[in-house]
Amino acid sequence: MSMRETLLSIIEQSFEELNDTREPGNLLSFHPEVALYGANSSLDSVDLVNLLLAIEERIEDELDISFTIANEKALSQKNSPFKTVKSLCDYLQIELAK
Amino acid sequence: MNPVTTPIYLITGTSKGIGEALANYYLQQGVIVVGCSRSHSNIEHESYYHHSVDVTDEQSVKHLFTWVRKTFGRLDVLINNAGIAAMNHAILTPASSVERILQTNVLASFICCREAAKIMKKKAFGRIVNFSTVAVPLNLEGEAAYAASKSGVETLTRVLAREFAEFNITVNAVGPTPIQTELIKNVGDDKINALLARQTLKRMGTFDDVINVVNFFVDEKSDFISAQVVYLGGV
Ligand SMILES: NC(=O)c1ccc[n+]([C@@H]2O[C@H](COP(=O)([O-])OP(=O)(O)OC[C@H]3O[C@@H](n4cnc5c(N)ncnc54)[C@H](OP(=O)(O)O)[C@@H]3O)[C@@H](O)[C@H]2O)c1
Repeated sequence: MSMRETLLSIIEQSFEELNDTREPGNLLSFHPEVALYGANSSLDSVDLVNLLLAIEERIEDELDISFTIANEKALSQKNSPFKTVKSLCDYLQIELAK
Repeated sequence: MNPVTTPIYLITGTSKGIGEALANYYLQQGVIVVGCSRSHSNIEHESYYHHSVDVTDEQSVKHLFTWVRKTFGRLDVLINNAGIAAMNHAILTPASSVERILQTNVLASFICCREAAKIMKKKAFGRIVNFSTVAVPLNLEGEAAYAASKSGVETLTRVLAREFAEFNITVNAVGPTPIQTELIKNVGDDKINALLARQTLKRMGTFDDVINVVNFFVDEKSDFISAQVVYLGGV
């Protein structure tokens, strides 16, 4: 599996983890363009925090590294790396390559 | 002892002073204590786990909390006790000293609160206790950087109390009066006496005075107590 695929799988599993705590009629669908943040997103800020924490933990456990998912622009409407699944994945790939 | 149900306490700055006293006290109460400091600890107890960590180093703190998560899967209480002070006239205080104080007292408290909340929210329960000082309300001259840093800790306490409320985590702070530890060993008797004279209750504080307030904050029944700062000595 490439790093990109590994990360996408980690994000998908984290979506599933979040869905386990949601009502059946209110599940989040997983695809690259799904909005994680902003007006078009069905996640509120607590959902986003929960999702990102689940991802951070999975990255730490599955890749056996120390990783913090904090980012200055996290809640910026324009430039948040957490806007969509795709931008999140791009961001993680860059951070992990550092 | 069952690590699944035994409460896990993380206390910073357990090599001496108030932190060591808190660790010994909670070990006697039968909880598991994870302690840290830059130097080693003399505490020897089967439920005590010491980590040599500089709390101003984000990576090391992160490792410590990851260890707690992987080892116990939970964290019930965080006591952000590690702290440093400097008694000096502002005009004679180097910027490097201010920077060190801010890093240890504010930055480290912030990082530990953030990492603790990540673990605590899983069980939707947590108690965080930060450390302020009476130097804040008394606006103590000679402690500009220290008092400013602890004001920062107080604001951090109140804001995080709001941000973490939805996870059922309370965040409070205790503000001790002078207590005989290494932290204040270089402060002259005249200065200490002048300070005690400004307290409502005019005596030195003790470890037990601090433990009493921390106990109140961490009590399971204190789930409606958050964003508070309690000073000792009636200040
Ligand atoms: N004593 C007082 O009169 C008084 C009054 C008001 C408030 N307080 C507050 O009470 C708290 C405890 O003070 P204390 O009197 O017990 O002080 P202390 O005797 O000097 O002990 C401080 C503890 O913090 C640890 N520490 C300091 N910097 C650290 C770092 N960068 N990383 C990890 N650990 C670090 C020290 O361990 P290492 O040096 O081994 O790292 C030590 O275990 C502090 O927050 C202080 O501001 C004390």
